[in-house]
Amino acid sequence: MATANATPLPAPDRFWDRLSIGTKRVIWAWTFLALPVVFYAVIRFYPTFQAFWLSLTNWDLLRPAQFIGLGNYQKMFADPIFWKVFQNTFLYLIIGTPVSLLISFVIAFYLDRVRVLHGFIRALYFLPFLTTAAAMGWVWRWFYQPVPIGVLNGILGWMGLPQQPFLRSVDQALISVLVPAIWAGLGFQIIIFMAGLRAIPNTFYEAARIDGLGEWAILRKITIPLLKPTTVFLVVFSSIGFLRIFDQVYNMTTNDPGGPLNSTKPLVLMIYQTAFSSYQMGYAAAQTVVLFTILLIVSLLQLYVLREKK
Amino acid sequence: MTTKGKLALLAAGVSFLAVGSAQAVEIEYWQYVFDSRVKAMDQLIANFEKANPDITVKQTTFPYADYQTRVVAAKVAGQGPDVLQLFYGWTDQFVNGGLIQPLDPAVFPHEEIEKDFFPIVSAMKRGDDYYGLPTAVRSLALFYNKAIFEEAGIEPPQNLEELLAAAEATTQRDGGGNITRAGITLDMGGQDHHWWREVLVRQNGGEPYDAEGNVAYNDEAGAAALKFYTGLQTEHKVGLAGFMDEGQAAFRAGMAAMTIDGTFRLGAFADNPFEWGVVELPADANGMRSNYSSYFANAIGATAQGEELEAAQKFLTYITSPEAMQIWLDVVGELPARRDVALTEENLADPILSPFLKGLEYAHTTQFYDEAGQRQTAIDMVNRVLLEGQSVEESLDQAAKAEQAIIDSGRQ
Repeated sequence: MATANATPLPAPDRFWDRLSIGTKRVIWAWTFLALPVVFYAVIRFYPTFQAFWLSLTNWDLLRPAQFIGLGNYQKMFADPIFWKVFQNTFLYLIIGTPVSLLISFVIAFYLDRVRVLHGFIRALYFLPFLTTAAAMGWVWRWFYQPVPIGVLNGILGWMGLPQQPFLRSVDQALISVLVPAIWAGLGFQIIIFMAGLRAIPNTFYEAARIDGLGEWAILRKITIPLLKPTTVFLVVFSSIGFLRIFDQVYNMTTNDPGGPLNSTKPLVLMIYQTAFSSYQMGYAAAQTVVLFTILLIVSLLQLYVLREKK
Repeated sequence: MTTKGKLALLAAGVSFLAVGSAQAVEIEYWQYVFDSRVKAMDQLIANFEKANPDITVKQTTFPYADYQTRVVAAKVAGQGPDVLQLFYGWTDQFVNGGLIQPLDPAVFPHEEIEKDFFPIVSAMKRGDDYYGLPTAVRSLALFYNKAIFEEAGIEPPQNLEELLAAAEATTQRDGGGNITRAGITLDMGGQDHHWWREVLVRQNGGEPYDAEGNVAYNDEAGAAALKFYTGLQTEHKVGLAGFMDEGQAAFRAGMAAMTIDGTFRLGAFADNPFEWGVVELPADANGMRSNYSSYFANAIGATAQGEELEAAQKFLTYITSPEAMQIWLDVVGELPARRDVALTEENLADPILSPFLKGLEYAHTTQFYDEAGQRQTAIDMVNRVLLEGQSVEESLDQAAKAEQAIIDSGRQ
């Protein structure tokens, strides 16, 4: 440190004065850092560990928690609804993430080249991201209604196509919920992709053009590889988003939350219902532990797959 | 001022403070947010405070979806309400969770309760104790759109056969066969699951639950009832589950000729832009009728003690008195829970109230263990038939097992 060569000072009388400037800096830094550390420990880590403990009990809010070992996990893995919900959660993830990234990349790629009304168009794409999920869920819910009030079925009818049940179908409901969810997140992803595209130095493109590379080759050899940090961020970010999907589902299916017949129910909604409709806090905590594990594995896996190869 | 005078003043002040602190009891009343209910309760509290100047009542409300959680959370925190409203179907959970205390028979004598209230009040009894008393009760009836009925030239249906005929006469479809105006709403998440359970199953010769409270509808009667209900969509095509999102919304918009709903809907339907009428739920071919009645009861919180308990008992006595019931009927539109207040000549002559009041006479009250969970089994049962094409018998069997599992775990 900077004090290594300092000349000896007259013996200081107080402890604080005896410390070197470097040490003082470190102490100050840690004092300020302590606040978020304490905050995280109390607000985040403590409840997380508490949830692990709760998942081994039968706590129902009213009676004191009793340790029941892995009973909640046994019950969960034997429950066909849990597996249905598990499958739904992954469907949201494996359809939602690639589709939303692909669409947002294509839009960002072309929007980047648009000069006319660039800001306005970008704002239009970003607008849904600012809208409350609840309000959006309800608007889409009415879009999906059967005739005479559903807009989408109205258009289908006008074109002479058969009516679609959308939210009232075990096969179409999940996709119907997913579409507005993708649309809502698009604005954010487009902005991030555009920032990534702008960050690629123009000289690379110029050099490539001088060397006679076509547009497709430029996209494949320069744009996509150099966008990797952006893509990694968005993949992780949107995956976590889709794994935790809740508000769209809940607002579009309030009459029969997660229905019909659990066809749209994600894990988070199941946790919510177990905890706050049935008050089975222990069982809900076990489901939370499963969600936590999935999120952890998916995030680590993605970071590993998309890591920088050196 | 003389020393004596000062002392006297001081003494007066001290005694005033002492008296004030001994008399001013504040109790808390909790219910969920529903505009007319909150207004009616404000009025009742004002009347009560005028009669009991030493007691103040603070009303606290929560959104319906949060209500139970708040009550449970408050109990955990040790700060529960003194008097609270609860759905009769939550009684088991509230009693087992120690959220409410039994009513003192010295203040609320059992003979009087059983003599004065409609018999459905027995759903608040556990063992030898009553755990709450209702101000108002609800029953179901068939709402019909008068304009549509006049246009079709038909009269409101009296039995199920007429109901089908009326629905067929009032359904409108577009060129593709899609319903553009429903004859009757199908909304299992609304009141239809009660209609199915307590009315249709019985009219087909069955019983929804046996004497022990176990599921008993998994037989021919239950299947016939489910077949009738789902047949409205699959066979007769006079209704569509999910049409206009909710049954009550379709009826309000004038897009459905009939809907089955409860007294609590009267306020919401009051400003419908068309004339509507109410008739009793349709009878079966033999003229047998049934109905489902439910209510929110008022109970005393487990934490109320001493003078707060006394104040809570006084308040509960007032809000279940004939006077309070009349106010509740005028403001909220719900039926009084005492027979003599409900069955007055004036009420029985009222074209809107009388079908509901008649329904109360032969109504049943389902003993719920987990109201939301049991309703979900009924919703799923109908969805399996309508959306997945499962046979009525298989879906019924699956629903019976799922509901029995809820009942079993509720009893533990």
